[in-house]
Amino acid sequence: MNLHALANPTRFLRLCAAILPWSAGLTVLLIGAGLVWGLLFSPPDYQQGHSVRIMYVHVPAAWMAMFVYSVMAVASATALIWKHPVADLVAKASAPVGAAFTLLCLVTGSLWGQPMWGTWWVWDARLTSVLILFFIYLGYIALWEAFDDPAKAGRAAAILAIVGAVNVPIIKFSVDWWNTLHQPASVLTMQGPKVAAAMLWPLLLMGLGFTTYYVTLLCLRVRAEILGRRARQLRLLAQAG
Amino acid sequence: MTAFVALVRRDLALAFAQGGAATLAVSFFVLVVLLFPLGVGPEGAVLARIAAGVLWVAALLAALLSLDRLFQADYEDGSLDLLLLAPLPTPLMVLAKCLAHWLVTGLPLAVVSPVLAVLLQLEVSALPTLVLAMLLGTPTLSLIGGIGAALTVGVRRGGVLLSLLVLPLFIPALIFGAAAVEAAATGLSPLPHLLILAALLLAALPLAPLAAAAALRLAAE
Repeated sequence: MNLHALANPTRFLRLCAAILPWSAGLTVLLIGAGLVWGLLFSPPDYQQGHSVRIMYVHVPAAWMAMFVYSVMAVASATALIWKHPVADLVAKASAPVGAAFTLLCLVTGSLWGQPMWGTWWVWDARLTSVLILFFIYLGYIALWEAFDDPAKAGRAAAILAIVGAVNVPIIKFSVDWWNTLHQPASVLTMQGPKVAAAMLWPLLLMGLGFTTYYVTLLCLRVRAEILGRRARQLRLLAQAG
Repeated sequence: MTAFVALVRRDLALAFAQGGAATLAVSFFVLVVLLFPLGVGPEGAVLARIAAGVLWVAALLAALLSLDRLFQADYEDGSLDLLLLAPLPTPLMVLAKCLAHWLVTGLPLAVVSPVLAVLLQLEVSALPTLVLAMLLGTPTLSLIGGIGAALTVGVRRGGVLLSLLVLPLFIPALIFGAAAVEAAATGLSPLPHLLILAALLLAALPLAPLAAAAALRLAAE
């Protein structure tokens, strides 16, 4: 099945229906296992003690904040270049999910910063760039809302999503480019993970679980969007004749 | 090229005909800056410490002030359609309008900023850096703002939406612009920050008009 086959909403709906039970089941399993392992059975950190367990929510949320934006930017480019109707909906449906992950990342980070750094917030490059990402998400959602015509809104929002994508590499590399209080990357590094296996496994489970959760929500939201548009079109037809 | 120059001159003529657009942006800039000594107190050391940031934030807001009219006025009277049909490529048209916007907002701000910096007790040695940083940073603001203005053409309450879209994208210019002045005031080399500001401008110069042109074609449909 190639990209163009998915441009047919009916086919996309069928694919969604096939994926949905699997992704929902996997989400429950992965997040359940990851939470129990991470919160109960993983070792406490030798310096941070038990508060390191915030990591099992904070880090996957941060990954997802950037991953969802990347999906949004790629989907927006696909929608603009190939006029792919479903890609538009994927980008639209992703935005609130991504914004929620970003907010979760900011809030858990703040809760973690208080015991570790002694402050709820510092204006370092990583935190600031994630906060900007949150506002770009909000601007994107607001731009969708501002137009009456969904086709026009989609294209305007797609342009914004692509422009805002410059922020993603800034977030990723902010810890390398600037001297920040936030620690540098320790899972995805050139030398391999620097996290002990007993902590890495539950972290990866949570990361996968968050991803399947996103896929589940994406299927649900795109389905709702397609059905909503059909309803809108029927209503317009009914009004016209 | 003649079309480009003609468009810049037209926009400048319009800006000056409509009651001193330049003076409006500058007055706003001056007023915002003057609010700070009144708000935080007239203590010299505090003012000198925050001067760079205050000037840049005020410049951001002043640039934002007139952005929502950048394409909206042309859209309302129909000349935007003609500009899009004209032989001048749309990205160049956007560039001309952004240039005109910079000439009436960014450039006067850069000229006035050293005077305000003196009022804010900024180190005199940092003044050349301030002007240079403003000259490098404010065109970027006009260009990025052009994208936001093009995206919100014909949108209800476009002005508010415009600030939500554009202010997050202004932040890099703010950070490096203020950092350059700060470095110069504390005796460090402002060169790295100025180079990054120049890099931002050089990236925005070809890319922002493309994005804004795409948004304008959409608005004209």
